[in-house]
Amino acid sequence: MPPKTARPAAAAGSAQHLGDALPIERKLELYYWMRLTRSLEERLVALYRQTKVVGGLFRSLGQEADAVGSCFALESRDVMSPLIRNMGAMLVKGATPVEILKQYMAKGDSPTRGRELNIHFGDIGEAGKTRGFLGQISPLGDMVPVMAGVTMTFKMRGEDRVGLVYVGDGATSTGAFHEGINFAAVQRLPLVVVIENNGYAYSTPTSKQTAAEQFVDKAIGYGVRGEQCDGNDVLAVYDCTKRAVDRARAGEGVQLLEFMTYRRKGHAEHDNQSYVPEGEIERWAAENDPLDRYVRVLRERERVSKATLDEIDARILSEIDAATDLAEASPFPQPLDALIGVYADPPAEQPLWYREGADVSSLGKERADGWGTYDASKGGPR
Amino acid sequence: MAEITYLEAIREGLDEEMARDPNVFLLGEDIGAYGGAFKVTDGLMAKYGEARVIDSPISEIAIVGAAAGAAHMGMRPVVEMQFIDFIANAYDMLTNYVATARYRAFLPTPMVVRGPSGGYVRGGPFHSQNPEAGFIHTPGLKVVYPATAEDAKGLMKAAIRDDDCVLFFEHKYLYRRVKGVMPAGDHVVPIGKARLAREGRHLSIITYAAALHKSLEAAERLAKDDGLEVEVLDLRSLAPLDDEAIFHTVRKTNRVLIVHEDTRTGGIAGEITARINESCFAYLDAPVLRVTAHDIPLPYAPALEDFVLPQTDDIVLAARRLAAW
Repeated sequence: MPPKTARPAAAAGSAQHLGDALPIERKLELYYWMRLTRSLEERLVALYRQTKVVGGLFRSLGQEADAVGSCFALESRDVMSPLIRNMGAMLVKGATPVEILKQYMAKGDSPTRGRELNIHFGDIGEAGKTRGFLGQISPLGDMVPVMAGVTMTFKMRGEDRVGLVYVGDGATSTGAFHEGINFAAVQRLPLVVVIENNGYAYSTPTSKQTAAEQFVDKAIGYGVRGEQCDGNDVLAVYDCTKRAVDRARAGEGVQLLEFMTYRRKGHAEHDNQSYVPEGEIERWAAENDPLDRYVRVLRERERVSKATLDEIDARILSEIDAATDLAEASPFPQPLDALIGVYADPPAEQPLWYREGADVSSLGKERADGWGTYDASKGGPR
Repeated sequence: MAEITYLEAIREGLDEEMARDPNVFLLGEDIGAYGGAFKVTDGLMAKYGEARVIDSPISEIAIVGAAAGAAHMGMRPVVEMQFIDFIANAYDMLTNYVATARYRAFLPTPMVVRGPSGGYVRGGPFHSQNPEAGFIHTPGLKVVYPATAEDAKGLMKAAIRDDDCVLFFEHKYLYRRVKGVMPAGDHVVPIGKARLAREGRHLSIITYAAALHKSLEAAERLAKDDGLEVEVLDLRSLAPLDDEAIFHTVRKTNRVLIVHEDTRTGGIAGEITARINESCFAYLDAPVLRVTAHDIPLPYAPALEDFVLPQTDDIVLAARRLAAW
C-alpha cells in the first residue's frame, strides 16, 4: 500500500487558516527555517562523506514543513521534544547550526561534550532561561511519558506553558507511547502529541505497523481530540498545531495530531531504501516537496520576489559556512572527560587500575563554560 | 520514643520529606485513596492532597517516565512499584532514559523508585522477586535495600534528597516484623555506607535486607554452639558499594561468607567476591563462599519456597565450613 496523503476531508475540515493571517515577515521566517534545515543537512552529508561526521546521519528531506510549521506554533516558554527527523523544529526552538554540527562531529565543546550523537541534545528548565527543547533518546516512544512529566509540572505550578512531543508512525506501536498518552490524557496535561506519518519506520511500511486506517483514529480510544493534516503544507501544519496548542493551553488536555508526510531518504544515510517501490520517492520529490510547494505559495500568492528568496538562501549558506568553520576548529574531547558526571555525587568515576596515572581529581565540572553557543544571560547567541 | 515498624518508618521518611520540601510528590498505583497495597502511603493523600499523592493508571513505563520529566523540571518524585517485580516493565525507562540522563544530557533526575521486594512470604513468582542485580549493573542508578526500621527511614530521606535516581528496595517480609526506635531529629542515613551489625573476629558475613536477620540468627547460634565470633556487615547500599567497609572486615577476619536472597548467577555476591579477590587476596585464609537463592523462579508452595531461598541453617553450615577451612 503506498504511503497515504492527508484525507481531503480532514485537511479541509480545518476551518481557521491561522497561517494565512501571519504577516509576511513571519511567513518568510517559515521559509528561512525550512531552507536552513535542508541546507544544513546537505552540509552534513558533505561532512559525512568526508568522515567528519563520525556516526550515522539522519535526514528529514521532504519533512521540513512538518517539523518547522509545528514548532513555529509554540511560544518560547513552551517545551518541545523532537524526534530524529525534527532538526527543523529544534532550529526553530533555538538550537544553532554550530551546536548541531559539533554534535555530529563529536566535538568536545558540543552540547553533550561528545557523549551523545546528532540532534540528541536539549535545553530545558525555567521559562526565559532555557530554550525549551528536550533531547530524545533512541528507544522510541519514551519521550511521551517524559513529556507527560514535564507538562505535569506546568499544571502543578500553574505555569502557562504547553508541551509538544513528536513521535513517528513506528513509535505508536510501543508501550511507552500508549502508556504515556493515556497517562497524560487521564491527568489532562497540556501536551500535544504529534505523529509524523512518513510512511516508513526504518524499512517497515505503515501497513505493517498498524491495522488502524489512520493514526488519528487512536485519539478516540484515548479520549483526546485528534486532528490530521497535510504535513507537507507548512501553513496547514502551523494551523493545525496552533489550534491544538491553543486548546492545550486553554486546559482542554492532550491533543493528538497526525501529519501526513513522506520520508524521501532512508532511515539513515547508510540505508539504500531497497524496500521502497520503484518511482515512489521520485514521485514525492516531483509532486510534493514541501519547500517547492511553499516557494510557490510565497511567489504566487504572496508576491515575494525571487531576489528576496535568493537573498535568504545566500544568508543561510554563509551562516552554515561560518558554523562549519567554527565546528571544524573545535577540539575533540579529552579521553578523561568520559569519567565525569555519571552522578552528581561522586562527580567523577575513577579510572581502572590498568589506566593508572589518570588524574580525575581536577575534573569536577559538568558543563563547560563554552557549552553550546547560546548565552542565557543575553537570550541569544554568544 | 515509641518503637515503629519498618513500614511505618518508610512512611515517616516520606511524610517528613513531603513536609520539608514542596517539590516532593508521590506517584503510583492505588497509593492515594487506598493508601497502597501494603498501606505504606496510608494517610498521605489526606494530609497532602491529590496533587501530591497521585493515583496513576497501571503504567509503570508512564509513571517512571513522567517522574523523570518532572524531576528534570525541579520536582522530586517518589514512584511506587506496587510490587517491585513490576519494575521490569520500566526497565527501559530506568536504564536507557533515567540512568543516562545526567551523563548524556546534563539533565538532573532526582527521583526515587520504591517498592515491596523479596520473598519468604508465599508470594509466588511475581510477588517475591529481588531484581536489584540488573540495576546495580547499570551506571547512573543508585540502589539501596535497608534491613532495619532506622535505616529504612534514614535511607528514604537520603534517597529523596539525592540528586540522582535512587532505587529503594523495601523488604516486605520485614514490613511489620522489624521494629525500631527512630533517632531524634533529622535522621538521614548516607547512601553508600555499610553498617557493622555485629562485631566478631573469626569470620565475616556480608549481607543485606531480610538475609541480614537470618545472618544475625546464624551468628547467634554459632556463638552459642561453636564459640565462633562472627562479624556481620549490613551493606544497606548496593550501588555504590562500600568497598572500604567490605575490605576492612576482610582484613580483620580473613574469612568471608556473602549471603543474599537474590539468585546466585549474576547476583551481587559475585561482584563482591571479585572485588575482594582483586584488593584483599593476600588477606584471605579461605575462598570467599556464597549462600544465595537457587537459580530458580521463586515457587509458591512453602516446601518449595523454603528450599529455594537461603535459610538460617544454610548460613550456619556454610560458616562452619568456612571456619574449618
